[in-house]
Amino acid sequence: MNAPVDSKSLRAAEQFQLSAHQDDIAKGDVLLKVENVSLSFGGVKAISDISFDVRKGEIRAIIGPNGAGKTSMLNVINGFYHPQIGTITYRGQPRHAMRSTEAARQGISRTFQNIALFKGMSTLDNIMTGRITLQKRNVFWQALWHGPAMREDIEHRRAVEHIIDFLEIQAIRHTPVGRLPYGLQKRVELGRALAAEPALLLLDEPMAGMNLEEKEDMSRFILDVNDQFGTTIALIEHDMGVVMDISDRVVVLDYGRKIGDGTPDEVSKNQDVIDAYLGVPHDE
Amino acid sequence: MLYREAGDFKTSYAADQQTFPIKSERYLFWAFMAFTFLVVPFIADDYWVNSILVPLLVWSMVALGLNILTGYCGQVSLGTGGFMAVGAFACYKLMTGFPELNIFIVILLSGAVTAGVGVLFGLPSLRIKGFYLAVATLAAQFFLVWMFNKFAWFYNYSASGQITAPTRTVFGIEVTGPSAPPWAAYLACLVLVFVFAWVARNLTRGRIGRSWMAMRDMDIAAEIMGVSPLYAKLSAFAISSFYIGMGGAMLFSLYLGAAEVTEAFGIEKSFSALFMVIIGGLGSILGSFLGAAFIVLFPVLLKNIMVGYFGWPTDLAAHFQIMIVGGLIIFFLIVEPHGLAQLWRLTKEKLRLWPFPY
Repeated sequence: MNAPVDSKSLRAAEQFQLSAHQDDIAKGDVLLKVENVSLSFGGVKAISDISFDVRKGEIRAIIGPNGAGKTSMLNVINGFYHPQIGTITYRGQPRHAMRSTEAARQGISRTFQNIALFKGMSTLDNIMTGRITLQKRNVFWQALWHGPAMREDIEHRRAVEHIIDFLEIQAIRHTPVGRLPYGLQKRVELGRALAAEPALLLLDEPMAGMNLEEKEDMSRFILDVNDQFGTTIALIEHDMGVVMDISDRVVVLDYGRKIGDGTPDEVSKNQDVIDAYLGVPHDE
Repeated sequence: MLYREAGDFKTSYAADQQTFPIKSERYLFWAFMAFTFLVVPFIADDYWVNSILVPLLVWSMVALGLNILTGYCGQVSLGTGGFMAVGAFACYKLMTGFPELNIFIVILLSGAVTAGVGVLFGLPSLRIKGFYLAVATLAAQFFLVWMFNKFAWFYNYSASGQITAPTRTVFGIEVTGPSAPPWAAYLACLVLVFVFAWVARNLTRGRIGRSWMAMRDMDIAAEIMGVSPLYAKLSAFAISSFYIGMGGAMLFSLYLGAAEVTEAFGIEKSFSALFMVIIGGLGSILGSFLGAAFIVLFPVLLKNIMVGYFGWPTDLAAHFQIMIVGGLIIFFLIVEPHGLAQLWRLTKEKLRLWPFPY
């Protein structure tokens, strides 16, 4: 299919700037604060008494060995799990037992460790789905389509095309994502999360299973997202080289506990962290 | 050679997301529509209208509804027959209760009543998925049929338990009732199906359609992207039941004229609707029509060939017909599990390059 070239929308795209969800928190102030959070499933303690914060505009890495509770932590942040103890303050508002749809509406967006794209839909539709919370027309307008619903859809299409350009995936716009190779699927998933114009973007192992070149691309995208859109990013990653290079601050988890927190330099010198990664026996 | 996209450039997003992106296809579609609206009513005889065209349109409406629920939103339902019965009985009660109401309004209202019932029986979908949901909707099938048999109020205490469509006119022409001309019923069905196929296309290409498909493909991710499962699933049940209810109302008022609930809306109706959407193509508007055409027309065609052409006895032909249709269902599912609509799509892909594929 021919790629659409709309001179009007091209001009609009030039002026168009994706931006993070607007709020009145200044860059560098605390956007999200996790205090004394504990989460357990029956007898298994996934997270015990963890506190840390994410500042607006930074790239915050969460690292730790397998089973350390990193993904559980992300699930707590975006409301998929509800911690038994502890408080989470987002944009200065403490919140309790929030549903994940509500978190999405407040500008928390994420990608998944095992790709969770909508396999039957095209790349374009997948990324458009990311903007579902921003589309407002009700069922009756949509049933008519021609008119307000179409105008709204095209307006969002324009934003989505901007993301497609940004991620350099123009060629696969109309391809069903099930047919794409792994690296591209990861990229589409990032696009879907970005489409929501999140204030806080949670990335769960964005570089897992990628080769060097794909990792470099992905690192560049993450840095550009942070830089151009002003999006705050919290990411989980196992590639220490990448983590130390791109993140501003790192929090280290091990067996559900926090064992380190600070800049990449501080963390890499921390003896507990070195022990955890080298597998020194825990003295319980 | 007619089917070419060369020189057909898309210069706007609106042009890029048209239903028929290729010009010749668009012209073909409108030519076909003009044929069905302007020519068919004059040339079709009573046999064609009554045993082929009207059932085809009615079942297309039902298949469209089920495809919204099963194909787009991924919720398997075996309650189709029951929901059709709701539409038919709502239609009957409205026709007899408000004789001056236009038949189109009656059919739309019957759809609305069915939508309400559909939402009620869609509630379990918030908790259960897949086969378990199919079994839960089976409860709707049996409960609704039982209810319409049990309470005589629904069939106005008629001795036979049957409901019979009274005569109603549109623009002075009889559309329902025993003396209505077949072409009037055909046109009424065609208008309804045309409008609501267009609505279905609109719904499935916009935000709500994306939220259904997201729910179908990966429900947890959809929820985290901000799609509310409650809203997505229940709206799919409501809109799907709306279509199926209209289908039931059309089946009763425009096609059969009289119906008895166990016979007209039994469990086998639920199954044949499900076969239609699976064979036609899950998640495809065109697939709903192709599936309905396959299930409705193929037996008629086979019967005509075997009885009319070879002169076989009717009972033998009937058994052969069941076997052949069953065999073909398996054949199509093996050749193309995504249904006839996918076959059509692949054919078009090939046609685009034909006769020089390089």
